[in-house]
Amino acid sequence: MDSAHFETAPPGTAGTGAPPDADRPITAKILIAGGFGVGKTTMVGAISEIRPLRTEELLTDRSVGVDDTAGVDRKTSTTVAMDFGRITLEDNLILYLFGTPGQQRFWFMWDELAHGAIGAVVLADVRRLADCFPAVDYFEDRGTPFVVAVNCFDGAARKDPRDVRIALDLEETVPLVMCDVRHRESAKGVLITMIEHVLGDATVRTGVI
Amino acid sequence: MAPKDRWLDQDAGPVVRPYTLTRGRTRPRGDALDLIVVLEATNIPESPRLRLSPEHRMLLALCRRPIAFADLASEVDLPVGVVRVLVDDLRDENLVRALKPTPAGDAPDEFVLRKLLHGLRAL
Repeated sequence: MDSAHFETAPPGTAGTGAPPDADRPITAKILIAGGFGVGKTTMVGAISEIRPLRTEELLTDRSVGVDDTAGVDRKTSTTVAMDFGRITLEDNLILYLFGTPGQQRFWFMWDELAHGAIGAVVLADVRRLADCFPAVDYFEDRGTPFVVAVNCFDGAARKDPRDVRIALDLEETVPLVMCDVRHRESAKGVLITMIEHVLGDATVRTGVI
Repeated sequence: MAPKDRWLDQDAGPVVRPYTLTRGRTRPRGDALDLIVVLEATNIPESPRLRLSPEHRMLLALCRRPIAFADLASEVDLPVGVVRVLVDDLRDENLVRALKPTPAGDAPDEFVLRKLLHGLRAL
């Protein structure tokens, strides 16, 4: 990103840590990733104010442009809704949650979403653990901090988190928590674990939230 | 055939509809706005030659109070890519400026992370 087009920090916020002008929010984002139907939308809805956000399909975005008409005959005007939630905290601090698109054809969006993100929550379903492998690989490769949150729906067999960690071949430093993202407290616990992990003081390495 | 003429080729079919608002442009010039970049109106008077579309005006009005790009796109219910191009027009005219998400830059520093943690725990 070319930072030259950005204004420098607003007056009174020079350096890091100083509070910004009262009107200007400080924004941060966490990505919610995982396979299709694993509970990304549910998690965003349980903990944040859901907002509608439309984005474009790959073909539209990549193939149609003023300088490139090669893809016009294949064009599609389809827009897709994206999981997007906002948690407004005190002091004009806003935490945004973005559900990363599950289907492979939307992966071009991931880099943009991951840029500047605090980190990611990779949601997993014990019945379909392999579905979260691509997300784990992506964040490992990119060096984006992430936690794995195993979503345990009612009726789903509660597995020992240590077994899940072995199944995922997860590095010992990556927190793995069992959760139920339908519940606000559980979803909140996952986000807290995520931020603690980035700060290097995660209290939960393998456990149930 | 000049590149401009190709747009008129009947075989091309209809151009992607949401982008008629941007006169066919699908990529903003310059830097791409991150979804959580904060936008605010500069309150610089518009140049008299400028003819802003209703969509531009709507976006400009919403930027009177600082607003994150994703919230802006959500408010106007247009695809993110379309809003990017329109906001870029406003930035070119110095009517809107983009601020980094946090005083430290694109990603929060430890101070902000600890505030986020504190805020989340208090929810």
